[in-house]
Amino acid sequence: MKTEGTESKPGTALARIGLAAVLSMGAMAGAAQADKIVISNWDGYMPADLLENFTAATGIEAELSLHGTNEEIMGKVVAGGGKGYDVLFVSSPFAEALHNLGLAAEIDHDKVPNMANLYPEAMQLAHDPGNSFSVPYAWGTTGLCYRSDMMEAPTSWNDLLEPSDDLKGKVTMLSTDRWLMGAAALAMGKSLNDTSEETLSAAKEKLIAAKQDLLSYDDTTFYQKVVSGEATMVHAWDGWCNYGIAENADIKYVVPSEGSDLWVDTIVITAASENSEAAHAFVDYVLGEDVGIWVASNILYKTPNQKAMDALDASLLESFPNMAMEPSELIKYEQLRDLGEGQKAFARTVTEIMAAQ
Amino acid sequence: MQRRMHTGLKLHLGLFFAFLYVPVLVLMVLSFNRAGLPTVWTGFSLDWYGKLFTADPIIRAARNTLVVAVASTVLATVIGTLLAVGVETRRNSPFLDAILFAPMIIPDIVLAIALLSFYTAISLTLGLHSIILSHVVFNIAFVVAVVRTRMRHFDHSMLEASADLGASEFTTFRRVLLPTIAPGVIAGALLSFTLSVDEFIIAFFTAGAGQSSTTLPMQIYSMIRFGVTPEINAMATIVMLVSFTLVLLAQRADRRVFTQ
Amino acid sequence: MRNRLKSVILLGPGLGWLALLMVVPCGLIFTYSVFERGVYGGIDYTFTLENFRRAADPLFLGIFLRSAKIAGLATLIAILIAYPAAFAITRAPRDWQTALLILVILPFWSNYLIRTYAWIVMLNREGLINNGLAGLGVIDEPLPLLYNSFAVVVGLVYNYTPFVVLAIYASLNRINRETIEASEDLGASGWVTFWRVIVPQTVPGIAAGGVFVFVLSIGNFITPDLLGGGRLQMVGNLIYDQFLSARDWPFGATLSMFLIALMMILLFAQAMVARRAAGEGAG
Repeated sequence: MKTEGTESKPGTALARIGLAAVLSMGAMAGAAQADKIVISNWDGYMPADLLENFTAATGIEAELSLHGTNEEIMGKVVAGGGKGYDVLFVSSPFAEALHNLGLAAEIDHDKVPNMANLYPEAMQLAHDPGNSFSVPYAWGTTGLCYRSDMMEAPTSWNDLLEPSDDLKGKVTMLSTDRWLMGAAALAMGKSLNDTSEETLSAAKEKLIAAKQDLLSYDDTTFYQKVVSGEATMVHAWDGWCNYGIAENADIKYVVPSEGSDLWVDTIVITAASENSEAAHAFVDYVLGEDVGIWVASNILYKTPNQKAMDALDASLLESFPNMAMEPSELIKYEQLRDLGEGQKAFARTVTEIMAAQ
Repeated sequence: MQRRMHTGLKLHLGLFFAFLYVPVLVLMVLSFNRAGLPTVWTGFSLDWYGKLFTADPIIRAARNTLVVAVASTVLATVIGTLLAVGVETRRNSPFLDAILFAPMIIPDIVLAIALLSFYTAISLTLGLHSIILSHVVFNIAFVVAVVRTRMRHFDHSMLEASADLGASEFTTFRRVLLPTIAPGVIAGALLSFTLSVDEFIIAFFTAGAGQSSTTLPMQIYSMIRFGVTPEINAMATIVMLVSFTLVLLAQRADRRVFTQ
Repeated sequence: MRNRLKSVILLGPGLGWLALLMVVPCGLIFTYSVFERGVYGGIDYTFTLENFRRAADPLFLGIFLRSAKIAGLATLIAILIAYPAAFAITRAPRDWQTALLILVILPFWSNYLIRTYAWIVMLNREGLINNGLAGLGVIDEPLPLLYNSFAVVVGLVYNYTPFVVLAIYASLNRINRETIEASEDLGASGWVTFWRVIVPQTVPGIAAGGVFVFVLSIGNFITPDLLGGGRLQMVGNLIYDQFLSARDWPFGATLSMFLIALMMILLFAQAMVARRAAGEGAG
């Protein structure tokens, strides 16, 4: 008897909360404003007070939405047509795919005067020469992040793929498909966008062999493994290696002699945006000097914003030497491009590598 | 009814709780980690608690998560219990069984993309309510599965006896059936709530754009790129200490009522 | 007439919900399986059976079998741990049972990711377990506890055992106490009573809990990525990648249909065995 009495009370309370929740949601759904833009970005990739300052400066309401990966926001925009989103922060191959699918809007340069702050090189990127549908926000390289107190400086991608005996089991690789395959392509002197059968099968062989010597694949916590000493050398994006360097100055970053990819994170205005004027105003605001300085000094990424880079504190470039890399050097590296017809064969090869024991 | 608990059983339960709670203690200790590295200890600090209290987005996301989890649990528990009773009081149907298994085995990403495409096609405005509608889909399956195990050996003659005594269907349901299956209903509700609190991919796809429908898992996964800071551990620590205290308080209140 | 009305009230809301928000939307996605991937990742509405030929590749069956093996192992261990725990909870004073159940599930109201990070801290080469064992002098060299299938199984068991406890608790609690007493009165030992009387009656609960662990494990990708070091791939990961990394929805839809068909076969086989075992116990 007693159980019945005590259980019914939380039951009705729960039902009441549920009802209240459903009612309040109806109210929230109706509250969506027309004169507001929604920006989707990774958490922490722009200054926390950016939207507040933007609203103060322009009177336009702006709200932040979050995504965890390029793939997820891309999937959502494809399935939902991008409804509700005005501005997206995505990496360049995804910006290119959004454009090809008709989901990215043309950027009207007249409404983005701060485009002039960019390096001339940043106006000529291979995925979108002239920045007609995307604007670069940050850029950099992919290379090797290592403990200079525990090993000699690596020079080649093969130092990662065929590690010396004392490095076996002490290295990690990125498993995100394009960068995983990129390491092998660079080591073989091939293009990063080559999906010919012989290149794919040679890369597969190389990467399956390399898998045996890895501590693990790691796309998210690799810099921590170098800090703790669990790994001696990791396959890394430059900015992330800087987070390791910030904790331990013995950590160093190097681009192997065969080169790197040039990764570019971009800003795209959605074709579905109902407030294109406001979205352009936002893009212009982000290209201002202050935001660029914030990105470089807080995220430790290079930005294509010349005005911001010129204004940086020299000590920052000293602590993080890869930040000092010139645009003329960066632009020499190949960018990852949308693979088009080659995607199927590429995806199958990656699956085979990941499934290999 | 005299209940005995074998010493071996007591020992097992103790070890089991240790297995469950040691990682929780580690997670709590990491909330005091100085640097923002989630897996490397760098020194003691209380900063993350201070940051948490001023981090409106995280608090807001936690609130949204609670709304989604409670609403989808209530809906799925009610609908799922009715469904389980309905299915168990009729002839076995492999077709029905397949429909009821399906939400558990359809890959999350398929359900996520399917629901978003569907909501877009019928022009449903997205928000927290669309996440709730979606979470109910898989929660129903888990509630049905648990409640059905309880119905399996239910003595159906009790229902007839109750009806013979002139009780209405509803009274029979409430007075005879519900008390018998109550532990299954409670277990189903706890399962639903736990699954919903932690669900990411379906929530991400079916959420509206903007902060008003960002849940805690969405907030946390978007932090991976620049490091999941110990604020999240601080949040989890507080949630667990509060829940723990509430459970113990409810327990004391319960016992008082019971002994009176 | 009355029975029909009762069926509508009981089954209507649930089946209606699933029909509208599962059968229809997922059905639409599955129709993509007979179309081609657009060059840039959309759907090209040209009829083809190519996706089915690609999905019949032994590569994918191999991944399914390997992840089913890991998921099966996790399921077995979870049941072995959960059963006595659930049994102990039903033997606790009645007013403590719900509280104990909540305490079992409470750790899982934190986020999966930070729980996984906690396990990394414990299983590391320099982690709590290795340092603890070295401190006690049990081991000289750190044990390789992380970035292998052992770590994956540990992670899966940890996260899903509580679900089995809930399912088994629900079925154990139901056991007719008179049967137990009758068995004991007839002179059966505690062990015999447990094995012959209690266990068979809880088979539906064990089966339901086992299904939870298995389906949640096979679709999991955080644990294989972070604790397994990305070396092991579960089926969930494979399908996720088709939809999001390769943006090949038609092929993703086809692989999902294969997966669902395989899982349905497993589940029906399991349900049949469970029903038979429960039937024998009761009879």
